[in-house]
Amino acid sequence: MAEVSTGSTQRITLAKGLNAGLRAAMENDPKVIVMGEDVGKLGGVFRITDGLQKDFGEDRVIDSPLAESGILGTAVGLAMRGYRPVCEIQFDGFVYPAYDQIVSQVAKIHFRSQGKVKMPIVVRIPYGGGIGAVEHHSESPEAQFAHTPGLKVVSCSNPVDGYFMIQQAIACDDPVIFFEPKRQYHADKAELDESLTLADADPLFSSRVVRAGSDLTLLAYGPMVKTAMQSAEAAAGEGKSIEVIDLRTLSPLDMGPVLESVRKTGRVVVAHEAHVNLGMGAELAARITEECFFSLESPVLRVGGFDTPYPPSRIEEEWLPDLDRVLDAVDRALAF
Amino acid sequence: MTQQAGTTADFPGPEDVFGPSHADGGPELVQLLTPEGERVEHPEFSFDLDDEAIKGFYRDMVLTRRIDVEATALQRHGELGIWAQLLGQEAAQIGSGRALAPQDFVFPTYREHGVAWTRDLDPLRLLGLFRGVDQGGWDPNANNFGLYTIVIGAQTLHAVGYAMGMQRDGVVGTGDAERDAAVVAYFGDGASSQGDVNESFIFAASYNAPVVFFCQNNQWAISEPFERQSRVPLYQRALGFGFHGVRVDGNDVLACYAVTKAALQRAHEGSGPTLVEAYTYRMGAHTTTDDPTRYRLSSDVEAWKLKDPIARVKAYLTRNGLVDDSFFEEIEEEAEQLGHHLREGCKALPDPSPLSVFDHVYVDQTPELAAQKEAYAAYLDSFEGAH
Repeated sequence: MAEVSTGSTQRITLAKGLNAGLRAAMENDPKVIVMGEDVGKLGGVFRITDGLQKDFGEDRVIDSPLAESGILGTAVGLAMRGYRPVCEIQFDGFVYPAYDQIVSQVAKIHFRSQGKVKMPIVVRIPYGGGIGAVEHHSESPEAQFAHTPGLKVVSCSNPVDGYFMIQQAIACDDPVIFFEPKRQYHADKAELDESLTLADADPLFSSRVVRAGSDLTLLAYGPMVKTAMQSAEAAAGEGKSIEVIDLRTLSPLDMGPVLESVRKTGRVVVAHEAHVNLGMGAELAARITEECFFSLESPVLRVGGFDTPYPPSRIEEEWLPDLDRVLDAVDRALAF
Repeated sequence: MTQQAGTTADFPGPEDVFGPSHADGGPELVQLLTPEGERVEHPEFSFDLDDEAIKGFYRDMVLTRRIDVEATALQRHGELGIWAQLLGQEAAQIGSGRALAPQDFVFPTYREHGVAWTRDLDPLRLLGLFRGVDQGGWDPNANNFGLYTIVIGAQTLHAVGYAMGMQRDGVVGTGDAERDAAVVAYFGDGASSQGDVNESFIFAASYNAPVVFFCQNNQWAISEPFERQSRVPLYQRALGFGFHGVRVDGNDVLACYAVTKAALQRAHEGSGPTLVEAYTYRMGAHTTTDDPTRYRLSSDVEAWKLKDPIARVKAYLTRNGLVDDSFFEEIEEEAEQLGHHLREGCKALPDPSPLSVFDHVYVDQTPELAAQKEAYAAYLDSFEGAH
């Protein structure tokens, strides 16, 4: 991000950042279409598309029938016709009816057509837990999409990234699964410098060191970035210097900053809300081991959700990895 | 149309819904040319082209059948891994395909070889998928003919989305016949059970999208008979979704043309979707790997042979003295040339390079995939004699 700022700034939430980013994308390209359940008059159940239908009309902000496969399947046809659909899946656990269209069609049509048909589709998925919801409203299915060739998968963690990354994802000619940490939507505000343009933003598929440190590398994305930062702060009080990286992109992974950090610290903890088994942490651990085996002082440790279905909400705070569980892993890695 | 949405009087009564399915397609079947080759009139649908057009349809169907025969033989010779036969469905595909305007767009299954023919796609291009050298490498936008879709019914949603795009492009209901566009979504009786097909009906109805849902009910989804998929005639399902449905004799090329043309006309003018059920029969196997003798009676097949889509047109042309022997001889000669083109062309289709698999996964290739390609290339080069 550019350091120099001349314009005015405003403090925005992630929800506001995404909304402003969607608006900017729609203003810049008349082919951008927003579609999903309740995205029109209601502005989405999280209000991320608030006001868009009023300003861009029902042809560009489409309230769809309640059918996720239908949303993605028709988005494929719209993309073939030259449009850039931005599909909202209302909650993470409702993406599965659309899974076939995403994995078998959206991800494969460019390959199938030998490059003749592009699929510039964005699938926005509010994900993760911590909002006290009923079943299917708190899941973290990102690894299932990162495992699918043909898709690109990203997750924003803060309001400013939300504003820029959604615009970059829409501008991307490949399909992007865009994971939004729903418990951050209205949580924290950050300053958005309105004079900044997309050209000032970091590339979409890049990771970022968000806190420098020398003893251990803590990898996180989406909702866990905040927890990681708090963990690093707490560890600093105990004299431990933690470097935190916000991965931002999950497929492709941007291993450059990760490897550079690990070569410096020799120790890694990966934190995500998703189940540990075959999650993003597994791939990261494998890549780190392959690329800088001799720099490692300890095994790559993973902190995440247990390998169970997401629990009833009264015990979700125990289930979700929190500051203490992250610090526990940090301690184990440092003691190895 | 035979069924008007929204008027209770036209909804089927219990006897229609729960009665036995009709082996002959039932009294509701739109037919303009009998199996004996006699022209008959229908109160709602008429064939508005001349005998020259019928001669053209005959040629289309004979050549389409030849594509099917040659491809089947190529599979038997090991040149194709598999082939999905269309034998018996020539009229449904040629009739509907010839009703399309150039600006219309087709979303096919993997059996629409006859429709591909009407879109001027070189049939050799169809073979790549079945030979395993590509996954359907033609440009959908070159002939307005989408790629073959193997997941059953998935393409019907793509069709509706494409039609929604046409609406937004302002090419529906303009009154300009050169401009008004629509989409035809092809699928089969088996696909009618898929959620995607039902969702596509809902989206199309909700947005009044310019789509013709063209269902070839060929009675069989591999080994499962139509009765396993539906307890009502398929065309009647349209009523429940709020649009028109019509059942046409799928072995009657004139009726298939006329009904599709009428449905397209409605779509073009902005009157929304139509479901056409082309009542036909899969004379061959599901694919070359299938053995229909395990699940159906040869007497059924024999009964449908009497309704052959090509024979009835030949009878019509001959009986009315519209052609002489040279007409048939010329088409036969053309079919020979087409067969030669397919046989020689198929064997000459080049295998793709193993490294090409990396090339079109993304528009913007990822650094990690580029690295994988590079590493695999180096690995291949490491073998003795590699070049």
